[in-house]
Amino acid sequence: MKNENKIQYIYGIADNALILGQRLSELCGHGPNLETDIAMTNMALDLLGQTRSYYQYVAQLSGDDKTEDDIAFLRSERQYKNVLLVEQPNRHFGYVITRQFFYDVFHLLLLQELQNSSDETLSAIAKKGIKEVSYHQRFSSDWIKRLGDGTEESHQKVQEAIDDLWRFTDELFHMTDDDDMALQDNIGVNTIALKERYVQMVKEVFDEATLTIPETKWFQKGGKQGVHSEHMGYLLSDLQYMQRAYPNMKW
Amino acid sequence: MTVQLEQHIDPKLIPILEGVHDPEIPVLSIMDMGVVRYAQMQENIAKIKITPTYSGCPAMDVIGDDIIDAFTKVNIKAEVSLVLSPAWTTDWITSRGRKALEVYGIAAPLSEEADKEALLGNKKIVKCTQCGSIHTKLVSQFGSTACKALFQCEDCLEPFDYFKCLK
Ligand SMILES: [Zn+2]
Repeated sequence: MKNENKIQYIYGIADNALILGQRLSELCGHGPNLETDIAMTNMALDLLGQTRSYYQYVAQLSGDDKTEDDIAFLRSERQYKNVLLVEQPNRHFGYVITRQFFYDVFHLLLLQELQNSSDETLSAIAKKGIKEVSYHQRFSSDWIKRLGDGTEESHQKVQEAIDDLWRFTDELFHMTDDDDMALQDNIGVNTIALKERYVQMVKEVFDEATLTIPETKWFQKGGKQGVHSEHMGYLLSDLQYMQRAYPNMKW
Repeated sequence: MTVQLEQHIDPKLIPILEGVHDPEIPVLSIMDMGVVRYAQMQENIAKIKITPTYSGCPAMDVIGDDIIDAFTKVNIKAEVSLVLSPAWTTDWITSRGRKALEVYGIAAPLSEEADKEALLGNKKIVKCTQCGSIHTKLVSQFGSTACKALFQCEDCLEPFDYFKCLK
């Protein structure tokens, strides 16, 4: 596949890590207690670290003088290919954990496949990421169980979060044209094939947590095509502020 | 360069590399951490390859700068690059490194199985670095840095870090 398409394929994975990392970073100093605050910012750090590896690779592939920072900070909204799920704003802790859990389960399944990529760099990033994401998934699964099988209020709040966020999960498995090309070249992952296992893994945790997957056939999509929800603009104005206000500034 | 299958280090360069420490765990040299994967002289330049412990480990940039400084001090030009594969594992921490961790107050990583049991709270096996008791409990899966979990001793009540097993 052409470098141009490969770059788009990588954005489809890396932008999720960047945007979810940004959402988690917003919680730094705002977690419900010290331990969860530290946990969420540590997960943000892992995700931003993974993002850097992907973007450094993209910078190398593009062959111009673009850097990882340009890619993170200077694209326009439509050029980000993250799914709608990860850009949804932080609300209460149960909501944040539900968003995290829905992404972690997918993320782990994705990386487990991506490690077999014929692309040496993507395979290396995935292998490294699996170790980190296994911890994330364990953390969010534990909290889903604790909140679901906790008090009446925690149960209700986390079930409401599930009912609100479930509609964003189907998009995780959609294949774009770039995804198809990457799959044909044994670089990319067949995400459609991950769905069954995904639902099963979510259900196992929900069963233990006394929570249920909502019965809906209606799902939202758009992020993978660059068509984002209204929240994305606000997120990006925060994320990009320094580079936009003071171009080329360095720490 | 993202792959460096075998560790390949020129013994003459080891003393210089042993002078560089992890900024977050200053008792641990980068050699004891096992993050140096390649170190060879090529046309009078020391080519060094290091691998990150965690993807987002902020210490890596500092370690890279410190390596260049350490070589500059002995009048050698050094170039540092990052390799991602094979991914770092806590098995690469040397036994001297493990001892240094314990003395510093960080419990060294257990085996993969034992680690899981400890972090799920199923078994009390992480030893308190202060009094040696195994009556310890997990406070948080994530500690002061991404590579550590926070434990507390139920005998001497001292909180301490446990270096999580990464495999
Ligand atoms: Zn103790």
